[in-house]
Amino acid sequence: MGRPGVTDMGSLSIRNVVKRYGNVTILKSIDLEVRDGEFVILVGPSGCGKSTLLNMIAGLDTVSEGEIAIGGRVVNNLPPKDRDIAMVFQSYALYPTMNVRDNILFGLRIRKSSPQQMEEALARVAKTLQMEHLLDRKPSQLSGGQRQRVAMGRALARDPALFLFDEPLSNLDAKLRVDMRTEIKLLHERVKTTIVYVTHDQIEAMTLGDRIVVMKEGEVRQVGTPQEVYDDPADLFVAGFIGSPSMNFIRCTVESRGGRLGVALHDGGGSFFMPAPPSIGGLGERVGQEVILGIRPEQITDKDPYAGANPHSIEQAARIEVVQPTGPDTLVLIHLNGTPVTCRVHPGANPKAGQSMGLTFDLSKLVFFDPSTEKRIR
Amino acid sequence: MNTAAPVPRRSALDAVEAALPKIVLGPTLLVSLVFVYGFIAWTAILSFTKSRLLPNYEFVGFYQYVTLFENERWWVALKNLCVFGGLFIFFCLATGLILAILLDQKIRAEGWLRSIYLYPMALSFIVTGTAWKWILNPGLGIERLVQQAGFPGFTFDWLVNPQMSVYTVVIAGVWQSSGFVMALFLAGLRGIDDSVIKAAQVDGASMPRIYWSIIIPTLRPVFFSAVMILAHIAIKSFDLVMALTGGGPGFSSDMPATFMYAFGFTRNQIGLGAASAMMMLMTVVAVIVPMMYAEVRRNRRG
Amino acid sequence: MADFVRADSAGGGRALGRIVVYGLLILVALYYLMPLFVMLTTSIKTLEEIRAGNLIALPGTVTFEAWAKAWGSVCTGADCSGLKNNFWSSVSFVLPAVVISTLIGAFNGYVLTLWRFKGSDLLFTTMLVGCFIPFQVVLLPMAQTLGWLGLANTTSGLVFVHVVYGLAFTTLFFRNFYVSVPEEMVKAARIDGAGFFTIFWRIILPLSPPIIVVCVIWQFTQIWNDFLFGVVFSGGDRQPITVALNNLVNTSTGVKEYNVDMAAAIIAALPTLFVYIVAGKYFVRGLTAGSVKG
Repeated sequence: MGRPGVTDMGSLSIRNVVKRYGNVTILKSIDLEVRDGEFVILVGPSGCGKSTLLNMIAGLDTVSEGEIAIGGRVVNNLPPKDRDIAMVFQSYALYPTMNVRDNILFGLRIRKSSPQQMEEALARVAKTLQMEHLLDRKPSQLSGGQRQRVAMGRALARDPALFLFDEPLSNLDAKLRVDMRTEIKLLHERVKTTIVYVTHDQIEAMTLGDRIVVMKEGEVRQVGTPQEVYDDPADLFVAGFIGSPSMNFIRCTVESRGGRLGVALHDGGGSFFMPAPPSIGGLGERVGQEVILGIRPEQITDKDPYAGANPHSIEQAARIEVVQPTGPDTLVLIHLNGTPVTCRVHPGANPKAGQSMGLTFDLSKLVFFDPSTEKRIR
Repeated sequence: MNTAAPVPRRSALDAVEAALPKIVLGPTLLVSLVFVYGFIAWTAILSFTKSRLLPNYEFVGFYQYVTLFENERWWVALKNLCVFGGLFIFFCLATGLILAILLDQKIRAEGWLRSIYLYPMALSFIVTGTAWKWILNPGLGIERLVQQAGFPGFTFDWLVNPQMSVYTVVIAGVWQSSGFVMALFLAGLRGIDDSVIKAAQVDGASMPRIYWSIIIPTLRPVFFSAVMILAHIAIKSFDLVMALTGGGPGFSSDMPATFMYAFGFTRNQIGLGAASAMMMLMTVVAVIVPMMYAEVRRNRRG
Repeated sequence: MADFVRADSAGGGRALGRIVVYGLLILVALYYLMPLFVMLTTSIKTLEEIRAGNLIALPGTVTFEAWAKAWGSVCTGADCSGLKNNFWSSVSFVLPAVVISTLIGAFNGYVLTLWRFKGSDLLFTTMLVGCFIPFQVVLLPMAQTLGWLGLANTTSGLVFVHVVYGLAFTTLFFRNFYVSVPEEMVKAARIDGAGFFTIFWRIILPLSPPIIVVCVIWQFTQIWNDFLFGVVFSGGDRQPITVALNNLVNTSTGVKEYNVDMAAAIIAALPTLFVYIVAGKYFVRGLTAGSVKG
């Protein structure tokens, strides 16, 4: 099959793609451009349509409307085998009756590759994934991590234009998952093939992707680099979904004090004013109205030695309700406006439940959301 | 990227490939529609005609059904089905459950015993009938055995006694099928979560109590499928009766299945045979549908 | 599972309990074995000994005359060539029927689980009804149809009938087995470039020996042991062995030769008994799997 222009052979365009089952719309007009060599993550809660979208890219599911192009070629009507793709599945989907070698070479055999081609592919894959010693084993004789690697090897063997990963790490235990994450990232560095990777795990999304596509209920909520999505979430859902522990959301009322816009907060006892970054112009027209304040746990810390140098911070004491040490940090739970709020403090601060503690609020990254539309107020 | 690339048409080969699953399933569906649904409808039509030796599509309404229920032999068959079905199901369940519980006591030769209890299921009902016909032979069978053992006055003539002949079918039927019920119950017992029993033991319940209040109630689904299968066997039972008693003496051990065969095939009363076959189908429906319904509803609730 | 005997108060009570349990189990085992024992001993006795002795007495003189006669020369109706023709007749329709129904069932199960399409679940339910119906309700139309097709009283006719009414069961077996095969495996193979049949032959079939054995044994036992279709749809020396056995045993003319009857019964039972002995595990699995059908 001819690949047009070397530079975009691994590009993927999704244009106005809609998926319907009967009357139910699973995907509502998805648009996405993926550059050749890019590592893109589709992330979202279960049922958001991310796997359906991946299956449609693979050709395992039909497209109701719109078009999908791989390497500039519209593939809507092409069966999976003609799309120049490879896919890694959550259950690995290894062929249980074949040994590792045959699993890896199955696709090449079906395509009637020459023995020499197969030999080369096998050597390359085995070397890339360091599994020369596993080739004669059956899948049942492999550990979870090894199976995962064979599944990737099977995908690598054909050297496709596009890799699709469908929650490949979900069946692994926590420790192995972290290791495999690194391996996948290294793999991408080495082969530089476009990857579209589906996961529900936001940590995987953050650590692996060049870009993240956050989806919910069949819609793309935000596309951006991991840092953009983390620092500059488009709406309440993205803000809450990305980041762990997740962002604190506090309902509060916009006030104007001493010429600055901000919100009023109380911790059960006294109340205090939290000024908003001046860049958020949208608050001006909402004085007196309720908004949702978003503040990440690491923006509420114990007294920072550099606090004096940061004009965008305030200090405020609050009563500690629960203390959860995680090792590097200690999570502290306080209440603001009746909402539990998680703060991330240094373990050396030695917080105690029931005591009051002085906390520093970093105001530079505060975000605000409209309570009804859940969109960012900018 | 934005130049509109031509959308490749789906090739004819791909279209065939896509339709393959349906093509493969097609023949079976056709067979099922014609030879199950179609034939049931056909039998239903026959049962409303006055067909005798040959099918004759002159409709006579419910004439055959009226004839059927005026036929003393049909009533005997129905009564026998009730007696046989009730006893057969009861004894199979009882034997099967007791054997399964006994076998579940960490028995050393369990595999052997299980194989012995179950081998009758591999036999044809005709073989079973032949064997029991000989064992129950009034002159030379069990009767002679007991007489020789010191009870000269003993008589055991159920096989030729019109009052008792249907019970011989029960004896042979239970011998053949109870091992199967045992296997079902044993599988059910092995599937019970051990921790439930341990919890009950910790609570101080005695083992018989645990069996009665915890284990047997959790076997409900097994009871359900066992009763369904046994009822099914009972309603369809034909071979065993034919081999053991031939429906006799006279027609004292007739069942609906033997009745249907006699009238539909040997006595050239196709219309009546079709009517009796429809009644059998309705009996199966009447037994299975409410049970399935009850089970499904219970599962939804619980 | 716990055992209640062990849980009973220790010592003597426990030992006594074990003895009672074993005693009961062995007694019942003897009861189940008794008919087989009686059949075997009767078949190797002389008719005089049968008339003089009793059921469970061991044979004084062992003779295989009854077996020879049952196999080669006993009369069933007008035909006096023994059961051998019927035995081979059974073999000749059972084997093709088993192979064909299993193969189609495997394909059906494969489609119904791994290539599901809109309405395929409904189709499965539709087919499943075939497991429930009493076959009496299709006998009359089938007799007529076989006549029209020229298949009445032929081996092909019996193969056809057994395949048609076995499909629901074989489909059910394979469907329930393939339900546990991850659909992702088929997706992976499709992306690897394999098509419908390639996936079946290269990936799915190599997974299937256990269910093939279960299905073959089930079908073999069912079809070999069948009497209803045999008695209705066959005639003459093409009759299956079950029908011939029944004719033999229920012939009321002449001297009743019980030893020949028993030898004939064992001959009819041997193939399925043999299968049970060598593959009992799979036989039981088929029974319990079939029980899902109710």
